[in-house]
Amino acid sequence: MNGPQDLGGRDGFGAVQPEANEPLFHAAWEARALGITLAAGALGHWTLDESRHARESLPPAVYYQSSYYEIWIRALEVLLQRHDLIDADDLAAGDAAPGPAHPKRLDPARVPAVLAKGGPTDRSLTAAPRFAPGDRVVTRLQAREGHTRLPTYLAGRPGVIEADRGGHVFPDTNAHGGGEQPQRLYTVVFQGGDLWGTDAEPGSTVSADLWESYLEHA
Amino acid sequence: MPHDHDNHLDPMEARVRALETILTRKGLIDPAAVDAIVETYASKVGPQNGAAVVARAWTDADFADWLARDATAAVAEMGFAGRQGEHLQAVFNTPEQHNAVVCTLCSCYPWTLLGLPPVWYKSPAYRARIVSHPRAVLAEFGTRLPEATRIRVWDSTAELRYLVVPMRPEGTGGLTPEALARLVTRESMIGTGLPKVPA
Repeated sequence: MNGPQDLGGRDGFGAVQPEANEPLFHAAWEARALGITLAAGALGHWTLDESRHARESLPPAVYYQSSYYEIWIRALEVLLQRHDLIDADDLAAGDAAPGPAHPKRLDPARVPAVLAKGGPTDRSLTAAPRFAPGDRVVTRLQAREGHTRLPTYLAGRPGVIEADRGGHVFPDTNAHGGGEQPQRLYTVVFQGGDLWGTDAEPGSTVSADLWESYLEHA
Repeated sequence: MPHDHDNHLDPMEARVRALETILTRKGLIDPAAVDAIVETYASKVGPQNGAAVVARAWTDADFADWLARDATAAVAEMGFAGRQGEHLQAVFNTPEQHNAVVCTLCSCYPWTLLGLPPVWYKSPAYRARIVSHPRAVLAEFGTRLPEATRIRVWDSTAELRYLVVPMRPEGTGGLTPEALARLVTRESMIGTGLPKVPA
């Protein structure tokens, strides 16, 4: 979906404003937001892809007015209700009746191991690759309403396959309960001039990691 | 002096506190696990990890070669593995090509090596413009490259995470890896900056 998250190449957001000596968190709630989001994710009710889709599905005006941790919290509230873990009454009350521990509640003692393990997305494939390094490709047009990892600024553009990254979980299905359906992932290089025309900075290139079904032979 | 916020919580402070209360009461999270997650990223996982990797690559040619071929395995050997670092590639700056990393679609970032991303990395301004005007964005960070140096931007659209390995500054021949690591800034490993030069 070309929602508010699909920012590459958009105008009007102004200059980047790095903050000198930026603190790790700008308020105590940001630290809690990080921890709550990861701890709730560990319950296993949704995938990382579904959580990304929940964030990008926030109304554009909300998305752009929110700090990143606020985007996380707003999306987490959506996910928790979608998966019937909390309801609107709980949120309205700011409290809930005590319940038994969820069987997958993250044990504090397991936090280091869980974070160190992560969630690898590489998967073995039996199908032969459709593309090889050096192949010229063109990306499909961006026309899916659901989650996808093909940014609009790279849609319908010519590029060259640089690397075959093997099979990876396919976000477009995995975000929507459609399973992992792994596909081959490629690093594709685009010339600046093919993305930005005569405005491109000379010699600039952009690469992205794109799934096989996003690509066709040029 | 009293001011407007003395008697009520910031709206997000209240919202997050309420959500943590709900989740805790329902048995969905343990606040001690939240503490442990925060503690991990506050004190254990941060850009010092990436700096140690870069300094080692500068001083150990075999390691640099391994890092170029299989960054995930090379940094795992140094104890850096896990969430948002499951699949890594190191990209090496050269006089011909400078590398910069972004996630235009969200905030993908190599947590195992750099910790949590700074606000600017997640901001619409950076995500929008680094791909279209990389040289201009680098200049906003005070980073000016020779005109002959090409800029390549790596958009983290999948689960690969990228570490920029900057060029070793001149005049650092006698420094230990520990001293070199202190020159390696977070921004130099994202590609918006360059390493510090020794005083």
